[in-house]
Amino acid sequence: MIITFDWLKDHLKTNLKEKNLLEQLTKIGLEVESIERLSVDKELFKVAEIIKTEKHPNADRLKVCDVNIGENEIKKVVCGAENAREGLLTIYAPQGAIIPKTKTKLAVTKIRGVTSYGMLCSESELNLSNESDGIVELNKEFRKNIGKSYFSKSKSNLIDLSITPNRPDCLGIRGIARDLAASGFGKLVDLEEKKIHSRNKHTLKVKINKEKGQGCTAFGSCLITNVKNSESPKWLKDKLISIGQKPISAIVDITNYVMLDVNRPLHAYDADKIEKGIIVRNSKSGEEFTALDNKNYKLESGMCVISDNKGVLGLGGIIGGTRSGTKFDTKNILLESAYFEPESIRNTAKKLNLDTDAKFRFERGIDPLSIENGLNKAAKLIKKICGGEISKIDIQKIETYKTKKISFDPNIFEKISGFKISLKEMIIILENLGFGVKSDKKKLKLIVPSWRPDISQEVDIVEELVRISGYEKIKNIEPIKQRKKSTLNKFQKLFHFLQRSIASKGYLEVITWSFTDQRYNDYFRDKKKEIKIINPISSELGVLRNSVFSNLIMHINKNLDRGFKDLSVFEIGPIFNGSNPGEQNTVVCGMSAGKKSRLSWIEKDRNVDVFDMKRDVIQTLVEAGYDSKKFFIDNKTPNYYHPGKSGRLFLDNRNDQVAAYFGEIHPNILKQVDMKTESLVGFEIFMDNLKLPEKTLNDLKVKFSFSDYQKSERDFAFIINKNVNAQDLINVISSVDEILIKNVKVFDVYEGENIPENHKSIAISVTIQSSEKTLNEADLEQINNLIIKTVENKTGAKIRS
Amino acid sequence: MSDLKKIKDEFLSKLNGKLDISEINQIKSDLFGKSGLISTQFKKIGAIAESERKKFASDLNIIKDELQDLISSKINELESAEINKKLEKEKIDITLPERSFVRGKIHPVSQTIDEISSIFSEIGFSVEEGPDVENEYNNFTALNTPENHPARDMHDTFYLDEKKQKLLRTHTSPVQIRTMLKDKPPFKIIAPGRTYRSDSDQTHSPMFHQVEGLHIDKDINMGHLKGCLNYFIKEFFEVDKIRMRFRPSHFPFTEPSAEVDIGYEMKDGKIIIGEGDQWLEILGCGMVHPNVLKNVKVDPSKFQGYAFGIGIDRLAMLKYGINDLRAFFDCDYRWLNHFGFDPLDVPTNYRGLSR
Repeated sequence: MIITFDWLKDHLKTNLKEKNLLEQLTKIGLEVESIERLSVDKELFKVAEIIKTEKHPNADRLKVCDVNIGENEIKKVVCGAENAREGLLTIYAPQGAIIPKTKTKLAVTKIRGVTSYGMLCSESELNLSNESDGIVELNKEFRKNIGKSYFSKSKSNLIDLSITPNRPDCLGIRGIARDLAASGFGKLVDLEEKKIHSRNKHTLKVKINKEKGQGCTAFGSCLITNVKNSESPKWLKDKLISIGQKPISAIVDITNYVMLDVNRPLHAYDADKIEKGIIVRNSKSGEEFTALDNKNYKLESGMCVISDNKGVLGLGGIIGGTRSGTKFDTKNILLESAYFEPESIRNTAKKLNLDTDAKFRFERGIDPLSIENGLNKAAKLIKKICGGEISKIDIQKIETYKTKKISFDPNIFEKISGFKISLKEMIIILENLGFGVKSDKKKLKLIVPSWRPDISQEVDIVEELVRISGYEKIKNIEPIKQRKKSTLNKFQKLFHFLQRSIASKGYLEVITWSFTDQRYNDYFRDKKKEIKIINPISSELGVLRNSVFSNLIMHINKNLDRGFKDLSVFEIGPIFNGSNPGEQNTVVCGMSAGKKSRLSWIEKDRNVDVFDMKRDVIQTLVEAGYDSKKFFIDNKTPNYYHPGKSGRLFLDNRNDQVAAYFGEIHPNILKQVDMKTESLVGFEIFMDNLKLPEKTLNDLKVKFSFSDYQKSERDFAFIINKNVNAQDLINVISSVDEILIKNVKVFDVYEGENIPENHKSIAISVTIQSSEKTLNEADLEQINNLIIKTVENKTGAKIRS
Repeated sequence: MSDLKKIKDEFLSKLNGKLDISEINQIKSDLFGKSGLISTQFKKIGAIAESERKKFASDLNIIKDELQDLISSKINELESAEINKKLEKEKIDITLPERSFVRGKIHPVSQTIDEISSIFSEIGFSVEEGPDVENEYNNFTALNTPENHPARDMHDTFYLDEKKQKLLRTHTSPVQIRTMLKDKPPFKIIAPGRTYRSDSDQTHSPMFHQVEGLHIDKDINMGHLKGCLNYFIKEFFEVDKIRMRFRPSHFPFTEPSAEVDIGYEMKDGKIIIGEGDQWLEILGCGMVHPNVLKNVKVDPSKFQGYAFGIGIDRLAMLKYGINDLRAFFDCDYRWLNHFGFDPLDVPTNYRGLSR
C-alpha cells in the first residue's frame, strides 16, 4: 500500500513531521517497508513525442526513434517496443535518470552499433502498473506538456507500507488515518458524505440470483446519465500520479480514487452496453469473456459473475470486461458498489491466476456497510467533473450484515499483556478505533466496527489495546534459570554425538537440500519409492532424496572441479521413504574421494578405501557406546555400492535392522556422473536403526574389573578356503574358551606362492589370560591344541607348519 | 694385609687407564668372578685369627666397595659416551613436514543450533522435533490458517500430492501442534529444524532453518515473551547490551503478534549488533492464539503463553559475518573450511558459546 503524507492530511489534522509519521506507522503495526524520495528522482522523466521511427540497421526488432523532448531538442533513442510509432506521446528518460523499477541509472549506450541517448519507458519500468508490453501511451491532452516532467512536483514522498492481511481497512488512506489518530498522532477529520437526494428513477434492473455458493451478497448501484467523460482535473491526476498510479479517464480515475481513499472498490459500466439489466450469478462451465486486461478468460462453473442477457460482463470484485467498459465517449454509466465474499473472490482469482487491486481488497474483506457511502462519494464527484444526472440508489441484498458484538473483560488485558492501563484509556482507544462501547458492570459491551473483519474475540481487543498503547510498554520479565526436564532426549544426544564424532575424523559437515535431481536420486534409490514434488522450483530439484549420496556426489564433483583432490564430507539429516509425515529416517552419510596420503616425503601414496570407511563407522559406533564384539558384518549391500568391496553392519545379530553400510561407490555411477578421482568411498549410518543405549554412561562405569595375572600371546597361521570370512574364523577361535581368550587379531592375510589354489593363509594372534591364576605352559598348550583342533574341524582349515 | 693393598693399588691404576667395555668387564670378573681376587679374599675370612679377623673383613669391604663403584662408574661413562655417539648420527631435519592430518569441521548452521539449544537449555526449554513432510492440517489449519486465508499466500509451499494435503513444512510451527497434542501442559520447548518455501534468490533459499519456541503455562504473558527474547538475543550475540524493538504485526497463530527488530550499525562494511541506530528484523512472535490452543485440546481459559519463530541461517549470518545465504548449502570446500567450526568447540554454558 503506497501512501503520501499529503494525501493522509485529507483525513488527518496534524502538525507533526514526516519523520514522526514514519516512526508512528511502524509503531502501530503499519510497517514502513520503504520510502521513495520522489521530488528529485522523478523530475527527469519527461513527456515526449516520437517524430520519426526507422528500422534499426542491425536488428529486426529494434527501432531508432527521433524523439522531441521539448524546447526544439530532438534525441535519438533506440527502442524495442512494438508500439513505438510516429506521433506517439510517451515518457522519455534521459541519461542519469534512475529507472524506478530496476533502480538502475541510465547511461548513453550503443545498442547494436547505434548510440541511444536515453530511453522510452514502459508503465512497469516507471512502477505505474504491471504493463510491460510496449512503452507508455499518453493521450493527446499531454501534447501541451511535451518537455515537462510527467510526474508532478510533490513534496510528499512515497511511503510504501506493508499492510498485514488482517487489516483490509488500512488498504484505504482513511483507515490508516484512523489508526494514527487513535494512537494520538493527529485528529481524524470528519468527512461525512451527504446522501444523494434524487428523484430520477433507477431504470436498470439488478438481480442477485439466490444460488448455492453465491459470492455476492449485496449489490448497490446508481445510474448516471448524460455524462461527458474526459481527462481528470489536475488535482485528481496529481493525486493518482503522486502515489504512482496512471490517470486514465475521469470516470475510471474517480472509482480508483474512492477505492484508494476509503477502501471502497467500485466499478463503472457503460450502461448502454448492458442488455436489459444486471444478473449476478454463478458462471457456467465454459463461459468466456474478455477482461479489461485484454485477455480472454474461460470460466469454470460457480464463479461469481456480473452478467446481462448476452452473457458475462465481468468477474464480480475482480475485474470488469471490455464489452461494458467506459470510454471517453460513454454517455450513461452504471456505478456498482457491492460486497463479495472473500472466499469466493480468492477461489476464482486463484483458478484464473488473476490479481487486481479490487481482488486484493475483497479477498481480505471490504466494509459491508460502505456500499452507499461509496456510491454517494463517487457519483457526486462524477457529476461534478463529468456532469450528468444521478439516479436513486438501488441496493439488492441476499444477506443482511449483522453487527458483531463482543463482551470484553478488562482484566484480560493485563493477564495477557502483563501491564496495566486504566479502563478510561481502554474506552478512549476503542472509541477512536470506531468501536461502540458500553460499560456494563464488570464488562465492556463492544460493537465491532464493520470495517474490521479481523476482530471476533476478546484477545483481538487485547491486541488493539496493546498496539495502540505501544508495545514499548510491555515489561521485560527476566527468565528464571531453572531446568525441570533434560534439554535433549537420548536420540538427540546420539545425533549430536555422531555429528561431532564423524567431524572429528576429518570430515567437513555439509548441509544440502532435502530434495535433489531425479537423475542423481535414481543412482542411489535402490528399491525405494520415488517421491515427487508437485511444484518443484526447478526440474533439477524435483524429488525428495532417498539417499544423501545423490547430493554429496554432486557436490564432491563440483569441488573436484574446483581443483581439490582429496575430499571428505558428511551430512546428518533426513532421507525419505514415502510422502507421509514420518516416513523419513535420519542418516549420517559420509563420502571420501581421492587419496589418504598424497605426495608425502614420509608416507606412501594410498587411495581412500573401504577399510577407511569401515574404521570410521566402527570407531564412531564404539565411541557412541556400542559393543564392537557384538557387531556382525556381511557383504549384502544396495546396488550403488561396489558389490565386492562393501559391507553392511548389524549392531547385534542378523535379525537386527541394518545399522550401517560402507564401501566403494559403484564404478558405473562414477562413470555416469563423469567423476575423475582415484577412489570414491562412502558410508551411511542409519540413526533410527541404532538401538538407543538403555544404560547411561554412569551405569556402564560402575563395575570395573581387570586381571593382574600374566597374559600370553600365541600366534597361529591357518591355510583356509578363500571363501571363508575372517570374521567366521575369529568367531570360531573366540568360542573355544570365551573366558580365557581375551582377544583375537588378524595380522596377516596372504595368497599366492606356497599356498594351494583357492586358499589363503591367515595369521592370527590370540591373547589368553585368566583372571584367577597365571597360566602355566601346560594350560596354554592345552588351549593351543584346542584352538587348532576346533578351527580345523569347523572350517576345514589346516594349521601351517 | 699387604695383599689387599697390592690388589687395590694394582687395579685402581689399571682401571684409571684407557679401557673399552670388554676390558672393564674382564677386570670385573678378575676381581669379583667366582675365583676372582676379591672373592678369594672373602673366602679367607674364616681362616684368619680371631684378633685380626674383624679388621681384615672391614678393610676388605672398603676395598671391594671402592673398586665396585669405580667399575660401575666407568661402565656408565662408556655407555653414555656410546649413546651420545649414536645420537650424533641420528640427527634429522626437524623442519621437514609432519605426517599429514585432516581437520573436520561442523557446519555453521549446526553450530548455531547448538548455541541456541545451549542458551534455551539454561532457562528450562527442552528440544522437540517434527517431520519435514507435514500434512496440510498441522502446517496451516491447526495453526488458525484455514484454507483460503490470505496469509497462506505468504508461504510458497512445496506440495507432494495434487490434493495439496501433504507438503514440506513451511515453518517449524507444526511442531507446536505435535507437541501439544502429544503431551499435557505446561509446555516449554524449542524446535529447530529444516523448513521449505518455493522461493529462490539472493536472500531466499528453497530450504532454510528455523527454531520455534513455545512456552505455555497458567500465567505466561507478553512480558515473559519480551524477557525471554531479550535474554536470548543478548546471550546469542554475546553482548552486554542490546537495543530491541517489539512492533505489532500479524500471524494467524498468535494474537497479539509482534515482530522484533534489533539495533545495529555498520562498521567497515560489517554489521555490528548491539546499540546502533539501524533496525534489523530478526523474528516473529506473539501470544498463542486461543483457536490454536482449542485445536490441540488445551483450555485457553486455563492456559496461555507465547510462541516465536527465528530464522537460524540469518542469525548465523549476522553473528559470523556471512553475506550469502545460498553459500550455506553450496558445499564449497573453501567456504566450509573457512566458516566451519572445530568439532571440539561444543557450545556449552560453562565454557561459553564461542571461543
